[in-house]
Amino acid sequence: MTDPILKGPILKVQGLNKHFGGVVATDNLDFDVEPGEIHAVIGPNGAGKTTFVAQIAGMIKSDSGSIMFDGGEIAGLSAHARSRRGLARSFQITSIFKEFTVIENVAMSIQAHDGHSFRFWRRANTDPALMDPARALLDRVGLGARAEIVASNLAHGEQRQLEIAMALATGPKLLLLDEPTAGMGPEDSQSMAAFLRDIKGEYSMLLIEHDMDTVFALADRITVLVYGRAIATGTPEEIRGNDEVRAAYLGEEA
Amino acid sequence: MMSRAKILCLLIGFLVLVAIPPATTALDADFYMGLAARMMIFAIAAVSLDLLLGYGGMVSFGHAAYLGTGSYAVAILAFYGITDGFLQFAVAVGASALVALIIGFICLRTKGVYFIMITLALTQMLYFLGISLEEYGGDDGINTDRSEFFEWFDLGDDTNLYYLILFFLVLSLWISWRLINSRFGMVIRGSQSNDDRMQAIGFPTFRYKLTMFVIAGVICGVAGFLLANLTEFVTPEYMHWFRSGEIMIMVLVGGMGTLFGPVFGAIAYLLFEEVISDFTEHWMIIFGPILVLLVLFARKGVWGMLPGRERGDD
Ligand SMILES: Nc1ncnc2c1ncn2[C@@H]1O[C@H](COP(=O)(O)OP(=O)(O)O)[C@@H](O)[C@H]1O
Ligand SMILES: [Mg+2]
Repeated sequence: MTDPILKGPILKVQGLNKHFGGVVATDNLDFDVEPGEIHAVIGPNGAGKTTFVAQIAGMIKSDSGSIMFDGGEIAGLSAHARSRRGLARSFQITSIFKEFTVIENVAMSIQAHDGHSFRFWRRANTDPALMDPARALLDRVGLGARAEIVASNLAHGEQRQLEIAMALATGPKLLLLDEPTAGMGPEDSQSMAAFLRDIKGEYSMLLIEHDMDTVFALADRITVLVYGRAIATGTPEEIRGNDEVRAAYLGEEA
Repeated sequence: MMSRAKILCLLIGFLVLVAIPPATTALDADFYMGLAARMMIFAIAAVSLDLLLGYGGMVSFGHAAYLGTGSYAVAILAFYGITDGFLQFAVAVGASALVALIIGFICLRTKGVYFIMITLALTQMLYFLGISLEEYGGDDGINTDRSEFFEWFDLGDDTNLYYLILFFLVLSLWISWRLINSRFGMVIRGSQSNDDRMQAIGFPTFRYKLTMFVIAGVICGVAGFLLANLTEFVTPEYMHWFRSGEIMIMVLVGGMGTLFGPVFGAIAYLLFEEVISDFTEHWMIIFGPILVLLVLFARKGVWGMLPGRERGDD
């Protein structure tokens, strides 16, 4: 029973829908992520990728559909309950605690998964139970030297690294990464891609990414989203060779 | 770490507060001891409001509710002949906690302007409730006696009451300092910074914010308990929205999101009121613009003007 193959997918989405007024953001979507797999989602701007991530993570309530995660239905759960089950997301638009130091940002995630926080007396930002793992994680993402800096003073690329570190610090079973390289220069993007390759296999991932080289290099499978609909799912080779995808998205004539 | 200037300021401030009773007695100026006691009571109220306003991003425009609840607990029990200080204190704390729980439970489901309006409206309801309770004086208010504690600690003695108030001011500052730096405080401050992210990383923030709302209400309820003892008189005016506004101004003037700022804000506000209102009853016309300038140019109030970097924990 410990064989991940026997457990089936860690995430299985079926018939997911979301409308914003007349806009169809998610259109009867089926989607799954196998344990240890990177399943990338690509598609033009406004295709519904961010909405899809927010639906899985619980920030946006779906109109209908089922979201099975780690063997249980989570569609009715709040975002924080889903996080406790082992779902973590990063945000396309950086979402950190700007007034706090870098290490406090990460410690916050660790604290969230270290029992309840009705602890009123002991100082938190010197508590080794929070700070030691936070420091280890910062070292791993390459922000170790920046630990004591107030987060708003980080460069954009570093804030994106912190964004990922905060997601990792929750100890997730599945990472939902919404354009981790958004707004980054080529150098930073490459080091982010290298980092994702480094943690590949350790975490199951849903990766949204617009840089095609990165996607094709990292992903085990790719799903192409257009107007909220999955028009194709397959290995990078299959997606490259898919005429419909090339016509609709990769900008080539079929 | 706090800067030297700030530490010096606190040290001098504390010594002055300790020295006021003997000094005013020697100079036969009891009025100033009463004024200082009043300043400390409002300092406690302002410190507790800052826990919500400056650390939790909860703009409560109804903090006078707890001032009123705490003071009415004293007066109503005394009305029925129950003058035991411990019992009165326990009821003041319990009633403030209950009121804060109810108001918090309702308004914490809303955000922004709605939050402000609902805290304001619910507190005005308490104000009108106070007016309608003819039995306890209605809008005339009600006289009350000082609480009774020990034989050897007679609150009827102004000096004893003064030091009790000072004790509670120091206690509320100490508790606040521990709170905002604890794990609980991290959740509160994190939620002020970015509530969506807090939920995304797994915090059910509502229950923590509600708890903070109750704690702040209780501390302010204690201020009400002390106020009833100081004035020996309780009126619905203690719960009027204008009073809520005053406490908020004290926080803004002193420095929102700073531990000690609200203390200096309360002192400055009441001092200003005392001095200027001797010249003109329209002292607000003078104070208003000063407040606007402070909010515009000194986001951390007078406390923030002192040298030393301001982080959440000082
Ligand atoms: N909160 C919202 N309210 C209304 N419309 C929204 C909202 N969020 C997203 N949309 C719309 O849904 C569509 C999908 O948006 P989004 O999920 O952000 O796409 P992507 O991440 O693929 O660029 C867009 O047309 C967008 O305008
Ligand atoms: Mg997007």
